[in-house]
Amino acid sequence: MSDSSRLHASIHPSRAGMLVLLSALVLFAVGCKKKVPPPPPPPPPTPTAIAPPAPVALVINSFTAEPSSVEAGQSSTLRWSISGATDMSIDHGVGAVQSNGMRQVFPRASTSYTLTARGPGGMDTRSVTVQVSSAPPPPPAPPNAPRLSSAELLQQQAQDAFFDLDMSEIRSDGRDALTHDAALLKQIFQQDPNFSVVVEGHCDERGSAEYNLALGDRRSTAAKDLLVQLGVPADRLKTISYGKERPQCTEANEDCWQKNRRAHLSPGQ
Amino acid sequence: MKRTIVLTSIVLGIAALVHAQIKADVGKGGEKPTIAVPDFRGSGDAQKFMGVFNSTLFNDLSGSGQLTMIAKTLYPVQAPQQPSDFRQGGPSFADWSGPPPNANYLAFGYTATQSNQIVLYGWLFDVRQANPSSAQLIGKIYLGSLDEAGARKVAQEFAADILKQFGATSLIGTRVYFVSDRSGHKEIWSMNYDGSDQKQFTNYRSITTFPAVSSDGTKIAFTTYPVLASSRNANASQFGKQAENLGQPQIYMHSLETGRKLVYYNQQASMNAASDFLPDSRHLLIYSTANGGFSQIYETDLDGGGLQRITHSGSLEVEPKVNPRTGMDVVFVSGRGGTPQIYKMNIDGTDVSRLTTGEGDAVNPAWSPDGQHIAFAWTRGFEPGNFNIFVMDVASREVLQLTHGAGRNENPSWAPDGVHLVFSSTRGGKTQIYTSLANGGAVQQLTTQGNNEKPVWSKATQ
Repeated sequence: MSDSSRLHASIHPSRAGMLVLLSALVLFAVGCKKKVPPPPPPPPPTPTAIAPPAPVALVINSFTAEPSSVEAGQSSTLRWSISGATDMSIDHGVGAVQSNGMRQVFPRASTSYTLTARGPGGMDTRSVTVQVSSAPPPPPAPPNAPRLSSAELLQQQAQDAFFDLDMSEIRSDGRDALTHDAALLKQIFQQDPNFSVVVEGHCDERGSAEYNLALGDRRSTAAKDLLVQLGVPADRLKTISYGKERPQCTEANEDCWQKNRRAHLSPGQ
Repeated sequence: MKRTIVLTSIVLGIAALVHAQIKADVGKGGEKPTIAVPDFRGSGDAQKFMGVFNSTLFNDLSGSGQLTMIAKTLYPVQAPQQPSDFRQGGPSFADWSGPPPNANYLAFGYTATQSNQIVLYGWLFDVRQANPSSAQLIGKIYLGSLDEAGARKVAQEFAADILKQFGATSLIGTRVYFVSDRSGHKEIWSMNYDGSDQKQFTNYRSITTFPAVSSDGTKIAFTTYPVLASSRNANASQFGKQAENLGQPQIYMHSLETGRKLVYYNQQASMNAASDFLPDSRHLLIYSTANGGFSQIYETDLDGGGLQRITHSGSLEVEPKVNPRTGMDVVFVSGRGGTPQIYKMNIDGTDVSRLTTGEGDAVNPAWSPDGQHIAFAWTRGFEPGNFNIFVMDVASREVLQLTHGAGRNENPSWAPDGVHLVFSSTRGGKTQIYTSLANGGAVQQLTTQGNNEKPVWSKATQ
C-alpha cells in the first residue's frame, strides 16, 4: 500500500489526494472480498491546506527602525512590509509610502513613528520608536604639553648673533638670527607682557678685559638696536656687557673664540 | 744695529731713572754699588727667628734692584757683629773692600731679646772709608715682637733704611691690590709687595674687577656687576650656570681705612667702569656709556657727581690713566684707528696723539711714578691675545720689551719706587701675579691660588 501510494505521489503530486482515496477504495474492495467489516475511513484531509484565495486580509507584516537608538544628528532606517493595504503613510513628516520600503530619518529627539495602513480589509497601525540620546560630552582635552614659561621659550629658541674679531657690526647671519629672535620676542611679550629680556654682549678672550667690556657693550647695543628696528619694544630689552668674563667656550681656538663673540638673549629681571 | 742702540739707550734711560737719586754712590757709570750682608746671629730666644730675618733682609735688598749682592761664599770667615769688632784687631775693612768680596758696603749687626721683644742692632758701613767713624751710614735699633713676624718686620725696616741710603723708595708697607677668583667669584684682594699676607677685600659674589687705588692710599674704586634680588624670571637659573641675575657693571668706591663702601653715584648707563684716581685723590677717571653710544672717557668727583666728558669720539675709549706728576696728561686706549692702541691727550681732551705704532693691540697703560714712562701690554710681533709687557719713554716713544712670549702678560703697574713692576702672566698655566724690575729682571711670583690678575701697586699708607 505504501509502495503504490509512494509511486503515485512521485509521479503526480497534485493528484496525490485522489490517488490515496482510490488506493484506499481498492484495498477496501479487496479486503471486502476477503475480510469482515472494515474500520471507518480516516477523516478527510483538512481543507485549510488549500484555502480559497478570496478577499485578501490587510496585514502589516513588519515595521522596524534600525538602529533603534541613535545620537542626535545621526540617522535611523525605517523598513516596513504591508499587505492588503491601499493607503499607507508614516507620520512625523515621512508621508505616504509604498507597501514595501525603507526610509532614512534624522530624528532630533526620541520619536515614535507610526505606520498607518488602510485598505478594503480594514485598517492597521504599528509604531516603532527611535531613541535619540544627546551627544556625549567631549572627552577631556588631551593633557596640555606643559606650557613653556617665557624664560624657557627664550632659552630654548633664541639664537645668538655672532661677530667678527674686534667688531660690533651685525653680520648677515647675525641679522638672520636676530630676525628670528624678534619674532620670538614679539610672541613672548604678547603672551607675557611683563617679561623682559637682557641682551648680553660677549667677547673672545684675546682682547684686554677693559676693551672687551666696551666692545661687548657695543655688541649688545647693536643687537638691541636691530631688535627694536624689527619691532620689539625697546622698554622690554636691557643690555649688559660681560666682556670676556663669561665665555661659553674656553678652548683657545677660532671655533671657540667665534662662539664667544656673540650677542645672547637671556631672561631679564 | 739701530734697534740695539735704541734698546741700549732705553735700558740706560731706565738705569738713569733708577740711579738718578743715589746719593751715596754716584759717578760709577751706572754700575750698582756692591754690598755684603753676612748672616746675623741672635742671642737667646732671638736665634730661633734668625733664618726668617736673614732671608728677609737679603731678599729685600736683592729684590730692590738697586744693589749688587755679593755672594756669601766670598765673605771672610769672621763677620763683625758690632762696630767695636773692627777696633779689636779683628776683621778689617780691607777684608771686605778688597778681593774676593770687593764690597763697597757692609751691613752687619745682631739681635737679642729684651722685655720679651726682639731687638735688632743694625749698622751699614762704607768699608772703603779709612776708619769706622767716617764709615758708618746707619747705626740703629729696631724693635719687634718675639716671633717670625717680628723678625721679618725688623729685617724689612732695616732693609728700608739701607735702601733709603741709595735713594730708593722703600716698598715696605706697600700693598698690591688685585683680582682673584680663588673664592669662586672674582673679588678684590690685597697682599704685601712680596706676596705675603694675602687678604680678601670684597665679598660681592659676582664679578668684581678693575681696581684703582687713590694716590693717598685711602680709597679704592673698582667695577662690579651688582647681584640683583631674585625675581620672577629667577627660575631661569635652572637652565644655565650663567643665570646669575647680575646688573650692568657699575663703579663702587670703598674706604681702605675702614673697608666700608662709600657713596658713588653711577651714571645711568649700560656700563660704568673705574679706571684711575687723579693725583689729588679727589677725582676719578672712568669710562662709561653715559652718552648712550660708545664707551667714552669721563672725569667725576669721588661721589660720582661733577661728571665731565673728556673724549668725544665714535669709537671705544677705555682705560684712562693720568700722569701722577703733572695730573694733566692722560694716556688711554682707543679703537679710533681700528685695533686698540695707546693714545695720549690733555686732561681736557685736547692734543690727542697716538703713542704706539698701530701694530697689534696695545692696552693697559700705566704711568711710572715720575711721569716719564708708561708700562703697557702689547701684542706687537705676536698673535692676537699674546700680550707682552713693554715700557715706553713717553717723550721719545722708545720702547723696551720686558717679556718675550712666555704666556700672556698684562696689566703692568709700577711700584712706588719707580723701579719695580707688578703684572699678571699665564706663563705658568693659570693667570698669576709677578713682580720684576722695570728692565724685566728679578722676576718673582707672588700668587699661586686660583687665577689672579689686574694688580695695582699702592703706596704704603703709613
